[in-house]
Parts: sequence; structure tokens; C-alpha cells
Amino acid sequence: MSKFDARIPAGPISEKWTRFKQNMKLVNPANKRKHTIIVVGTGLAGAAAAASLAELGYNVKAFCIQDSARRAHSIAAQGGINAAKNYAGDGDSIYRLFYDTVKGGDYRAREANVYRLAETSVDIIDQCVAQGVPFAREYGGLLDNRSFGGAQLSRTFYARGQTGQQLLLGAYGALNKTINAGQVQMYARHEILDVVVIDGKARGIICRNLVTGEYERHSGSAVLLCTGGYGNVFYLSTNAKNSNVTAAWKAYKKGALFGNPCFTQIHPTCIPVSGDYQSKLTLMSESLRNDGRVWVPKKKEDCQKHPNQISEEDRDYFLERRYPSFGNLVPRDVASRNAKYVCDEGRGVGETGLAVYLDFADSIKRLGKHTIEERYGNLFEMYERITGENPYEVPMRIYPAVHYTMGGLWVDYSLMTTVPGLFALGEANFSDHGANRLGASALMQGLADGYFVAPYTVTDYIASNPLETINESHPAFDEAEKESSERIQKLLNIKGKKTVLEYHRELGKIMWDQVGMSRNKVGLEQAIKDIQALREDFWKNVYVPGEANTMNKSLEFANRVADFLELGELMARDALYREESCGGHFREEYQTEDGEALRNDEDYAYVSMWEYKGDHVEPDLHKESLVFENVKLTQRSYK
Amino acid sequence: MSHDNMTIHLRVWRQSGPNAKGNFEQYTLDTVNPHMSFLEMLDVLNERLTKEGQVPVEFDHDCREGICGSCGVVINGTAHGPQQRTASCQLHMRHYKDGDAITIEPWRAKAFPIVRDLVVDRTAFDRIQEAGGYVSVKTGSAPDAHAVPIGKEVADEAFDYAACIGCGACVAACPNASASLFTAAKISQLALLPQGQPERKRRVVAMVDQMKVEGFGDCSNHGECEAVCPKGISIAGIAKMRREYFKAILTGK
Repeated sequence: MSKFDARIPAGPISEKWTRFKQNMKLVNPANKRKHTIIVVGTGLAGAAAAASLAELGYNVKAFCIQDSARRAHSIAAQGGINAAKNYAGDGDSIYRLFYDTVKGGDYRAREANVYRLAETSVDIIDQCVAQGVPFAREYGGLLDNRSFGGAQLSRTFYARGQTGQQLLLGAYGALNKTINAGQVQMYARHEILDVVVIDGKARGIICRNLVTGEYERHSGSAVLLCTGGYGNVFYLSTNAKNSNVTAAWKAYKKGALFGNPCFTQIHPTCIPVSGDYQSKLTLMSESLRNDGRVWVPKKKEDCQKHPNQISEEDRDYFLERRYPSFGNLVPRDVASRNAKYVCDEGRGVGETGLAVYLDFADSIKRLGKHTIEERYGNLFEMYERITGENPYEVPMRIYPAVHYTMGGLWVDYSLMTTVPGLFALGEANFSDHGANRLGASALMQGLADGYFVAPYTVTDYIASNPLETINESHPAFDEAEKESSERIQKLLNIKGKKTVLEYHRELGKIMWDQVGMSRNKVGLEQAIKDIQALREDFWKNVYVPGEANTMNKSLEFANRVADFLELGELMARDALYREESCGGHFREEYQTEDGEALRNDEDYAYVSMWEYKGDHVEPDLHKESLVFENVKLTQRSYK
Repeated sequence: MSHDNMTIHLRVWRQSGPNAKGNFEQYTLDTVNPHMSFLEMLDVLNERLTKEGQVPVEFDHDCREGICGSCGVVINGTAHGPQQRTASCQLHMRHYKDGDAITIEPWRAKAFPIVRDLVVDRTAFDRIQEAGGYVSVKTGSAPDAHAVPIGKEVADEAFDYAACIGCGACVAACPNASASLFTAAKISQLALLPQGQPERKRRVVAMVDQMKVEGFGDCSNHGECEAVCPKGISIAGIAKMRREYFKAILTGK
């Protein structure tokens, strides 16, 4: 057993959250404004938390690296948000959403957290509609739902292909309301460089003003990291260019344990890489799989033919063939792995041979072009803009790409890390998606954490813990600022020969080849060595142009890549220790006869929790055993 | 599909800080792949400048999928470049040919001071939204989502306005540097929806007044904003905003 307690409330799963709220300690309204809460990141989790905490009466400081809070990467989520409203009348319930999420995560998530997520999902939709989020509606005026990858129910709410944008603008509005009321101070173009810990509690942050390069100190009663995922460790991913791990990594180095770092989601439907200048990958919403059919040619020699010239009997609709009951709607990990298999067999299409077709011809025939346009018009346009091809006429080409990280800072039931007062919300924590996230669940989690969980749990923390009065001249701030500024200066002083981009690309290649869609012991051991060598070289030979006291994006990137070069090793180590396959973590040594992930529940039904021990020392592994009382563990089957 | 690399001649605005004097610098790139995005072409330029020990060109960018609204430059005189309904990050080099010359400038408007090179300060947009671009609903206090039905046509129209990404191209394209399209988009979205009604008058007055405080110009119906908007926000919103504003002023907040 771990010495770290997840502090899950007692009682039946459906009552845990209610009991928590009934038993939590409260902060007197007059005292709330004496507490400053620091919220880092203004995506769904951060904006929702900042606004909700400010409404409660706390003094909130919110930080984001973009020039406006509205640009956080939640904005790019396309498909939708799940909620157990059962508006479709197809038998949905909180329990079903909970069950599907635990199963979809391949039984590596914590039951109690997932149940709470499903419970709060219904409130999210109410909240967003009241904010004026223009969800898709039916002619009768009620909300429209659709089904989404991995689900056999219609529980996904959406706003065309821009659901993340609309939800984020709703949360941004809520944040603006509190800024206007003087309850939130907003710091845009600010990047956190360190978490300040005093007497074992998180009491502030060091950040850098990205316009002037100045260092700033901010103290508070609690720090919430809502800083997103770390998919950019792979260099190419669907993440925004500025998404990074720095906040979570600094927290890790200050004593917060890192949970399941190797759990990465590789999304099946992305636009394939077109050349070595590629800077990022673009997702095509998984909703496309509702009407698109995935195929490759049966024969290798057909792969370079024009797809419309390949006859029906020469096509292999491999998902429909292998998974007759779910077909093209199998969960993301299964769809991605199967695309990799057919490409590994040499049946991939396109110039690089690393792509499969996603074909809408049948749906257009069945439903008409107009209906398809109404459902996916903006996605088709986006595809055409990027590739120059018209998907109404030629099948799309897609390939898996890194999209989301299920791993993240380990948190207890209150979303608090192992550093008291330091919370992690949304993608930045590890908690709800196990080893594989279902589609339309990230938006749900971000908003659940921000609107409906953190406001309660942060209050409970503040009410339960005596917090000494400190200010920003405390020596812990001096020390953290000194370390941060020395590191920035060091990056500029190396003046080596290789650019940050070159290092990032090399790291990405190691990660994609060895710590990507399929992993094995030899490759992971090699990856650890390669990353260590690359990191060492980086600190000797990187060249960072410009100066510290101006806007300098090269410097920002250098500082982030330096952290990725450490995180990558931890991910490889975690993948190496987990000698089983589960969800997005596929170890070649552990698979069923027909190539499906083979879990080992006896030995690995745990959350790995890594504890930092020093820069040149291996981290310690702790384990949170996962207890399944409400869901029976089964071999996930989508056949 | 051709992979022949192109030579592109760039003229890029360089300015080291808000108060520094700026100027155009010329660069020639001879390895521009037609499948590159416009920003990837700038990446190539920056990588070269870095290798040569020069300071790279600063430009804002994040999602590179046309949705975050971070990027935006004036390309040969047009905000976001030649392709309609396309943000700079989604423009691809296949729209150019070997030997083309491209001039790249930042958004130019009094209310958008230049931070560095192609980066401008758009916080004025945030302040307009802070003045009233929301429905004041506290977390947890909302009624059931189906309590108020909204016709599909109304919801769709509200969505069309809500699609604004806040990039600022409308301001850059407007001869008066007006933020009317941006402001009208939020006002129109919320004026259409039942949820926006209680604060309808207060909102339009607060947002329009803030727009003036920030130093944006007036709208004189040039329509340049709609032409460059990467999300196709309709200029009909501006007429709507004006009606809303006068109604609010005349009938009292």
C-alpha cells in the first residue's frame, strides 16, 4: 500500500460525493476574500475554476501563457461533451456513463472519481446552456445528441465541430464577469516557472512576464494547476504549439507525485504528416467515424492507385471486419493500433504509406451531400484547406497522432496533489480516464473539475488547514526566483550549435518510435539512454537566440523543451515498469492471440506514482491500488 | 502533387519593441514546399535566422488549426492573406508560386500596439468582453438545459456569431480600425438567445462604450471586416448592434 492516501469518502459509490459535500468544512464568507487562490491556465478547467472560486468570494489570480484567456487549447476540441442526461431516451444513466468511462479506460482509473465525473456531467450542460453556449438543437428546440467513438448511446452534446471553442468561450465569459467585478486579476502572457512551497504547503508561484521577461512572485492560500497535457513531448501532436509540461514538471520536482506518465492517447483520425517541415498535426474529429468508413486496399500493389479506382471487393474495411459490433466506432486506442497494423503490413496509402482512408461515399449516397455537409462541413473544409483535396469526392487520408495524455499529476479525491494546497485539474491530472480516454470526455472532465469539484474541495482544504500569513519576500520565493532566473540565463549562455527545434524533433522521434503506439522492453531501455544522452547534449550545445528581457519565444520554447527532455525519460520508465498492455499503453510482449491489449489485473491494477528524488537519481515508484467494487473487470471486447 | 520547392521573397516587418522604430527586412527562402503552411514557412525562416545567429521573427501562434485566434498577419495587404475564410495558420504555400514576393506586416491599429515584430497587443478585445460579453449566471444555479427550448434556426444563427475567434483581422482590415464586427458578434449571439435577454440593454451599452474607450474607430460600412473574417461573421451583426444600442439608449438601461 502506498503511504499516500487518495482520501476517498466512505459509503456507496453513488453517495460519496454527496457525503463529501455534506461533511466538508466551510470558510466564512467574510474570510474568503482574505484568501488568494492562484489558478494557472485558463482552459476549461482553469477558467471555470477561477470564475467559480471568485463567485464564492475568494480573491483569485489567473494566469495564462497566451495573449488572452480565450485562446487556451481547450478551444480546439471539436467533437463534443458527454453527459448522462438521457435526453435521447436510449437508456443512459449516471451509472452507464461511469461504467463506460471505467471500461473505456481499460480499468486503470479510480472508480470514485469517475463516478463523480458522471454525476456532475448533467450539471455542466445546464450551466453551459444558461451561459448562452449555442449547442446544436433539433427543430423542436431541444438539444441534439450524437453518439461518439466507443459509446453505443447518444450522450454527446455538441456545437457543430467547435464544441471546445463554445464551451471555452462560455467559461471565458464567466471569467470576464468576475474580472469585471474585480474578483479576478488576470495575467495573460505570463508563464509559471516554479511552485513555491513553504512549510510543506503550496503557497505561491514564480512566473515570467513573457513580454518584458520580468520575474514575478505571487503568493496565495492554494495553487491550482490547470495547465493541460504534455503531448508535445512527442514534438508532433495535435496539441497547440505552446502546450507544455513545465508547470506539472516543476510541481513534480517540488514533491508532487506524477501519475501514470506513460498513458498517452494516440488519436486515430488525424491528417497524416506531409513533410519534415511539419510543425504540428491536425485532428479530424472522431465524430467523422459515425459516417465515414475506414479502409485500406487488400493488396499492397493497389496502395498507390487512386482510391476511387479500387473496386469494392479489393477494399479491406478492417475495423468493420475485425469488430463487427462496434465497427468504425471502436475506441480510439483500438482504432489507432489497427491503422498502425495495416500500415506495418505495407497496406498504408498516400505518399508516405502512413495513412488509411476514411471514406464518406456510402454516407453521401445514403444521406445526401447536404446532410453530410451539415454534420461535418467545417471539418471537410479544414481538411481541404490543409491537404488541397476535396473529401466529398476523394476519401480522406488519416493516420493516428498523439492527442491527449491521460497521465498527469497524481491527485487524491479532492484533486489535490501530494503537496498540500497544490491542486491539479483537467488534463493536468491523471485521475479520470485510466489508460484510455473516451471521446467527448475531456471537455466533461475539465468543466467538472473546474465548475463543480474544485470550488468545494479547495474550500474544504482552506477551512481544514491553518495557513500562516506569508508574503512574497519569504526566503522560499527568493530561492525559487533565483533558481528560475539562473536557469533562463543558463539557457541563453550556452550558445551552442543546435537549435531548440532540432532537439525537440529528435526527442519527438525517440518518443514516437519507442514510447508511442507500441512499446517493448528493448526499445524502452534504449529510449531512456537516448533521452539521457540527448538531454546532456542539450545543456552543452543548445543555441538560444535573443535576450532574456524582451519577448523571446525561442527562449520560452527552450525552457519547455528542457522539461520535456526530463519528462520523456519518466514516461519511458513508467512504460517499462508496466509489464502489461492496457488502453493506449501497448506492450508488444503482452497481447492476446489476435493482437489485442492483454491486461494483467493481478499485478498492475494500480496507478503508478513517481516521486522525484534528484536530477541524477532514479525516481521512486509508489502504487495506488485500484479497487473495483462497482464494475467487474473484463477483457475489453468490441467485437 | 508536386513537391518541387519554391523560392519565395519575403519582406517582413521588424520592430524590436513597442516604442522602437520598425522597418521591413528582406529575406529569400529557396526551400519552400507547397504543402507547408504559411506559419511553417515562417518557422523555416526563423530556423535559418537562428542558425545565422540573428534574432528570429516573433509572431503569435498556438493551435495552428484556425480556432484559437492567436495568429494573424497582414499578407500582401490583406489580413490573413488571399484565401477567404482562412486564418494565417491554415493558409498553405500551394497558393503561391515559385518566385513570388510576399510582404508580411502586423495588424496595424491604434488600439493594438505592436509588442514586437508581428506580435500586437489585443488586450483591448478582452476588455470589451469583460465589460459585458456574458450572461451573469453563477456556477451551479442553472435550470435544466431543456427548461427553455430554442428553435434550431435561432440556435444556428447564434452559433454563426459565436464562431468569432477574436483574432482581430476585422480591425486590421477596417480603414477606421473599428472593432465593430468583433463586438457585434458577441452582442448578436446573446441578443438572439433567451438567456441573453435580462442583460440585453446593459450589455450592448457597456460593450459599445468600452469599444470607444479603447480607441477603436467607428464603422462606416466598408465591409472589409466581413471580407477578411476567417469565420465568416456577417456584417449584419453590426446593423443589429446599432439597433440594439439605440434601443437601449432610447428606452433606458
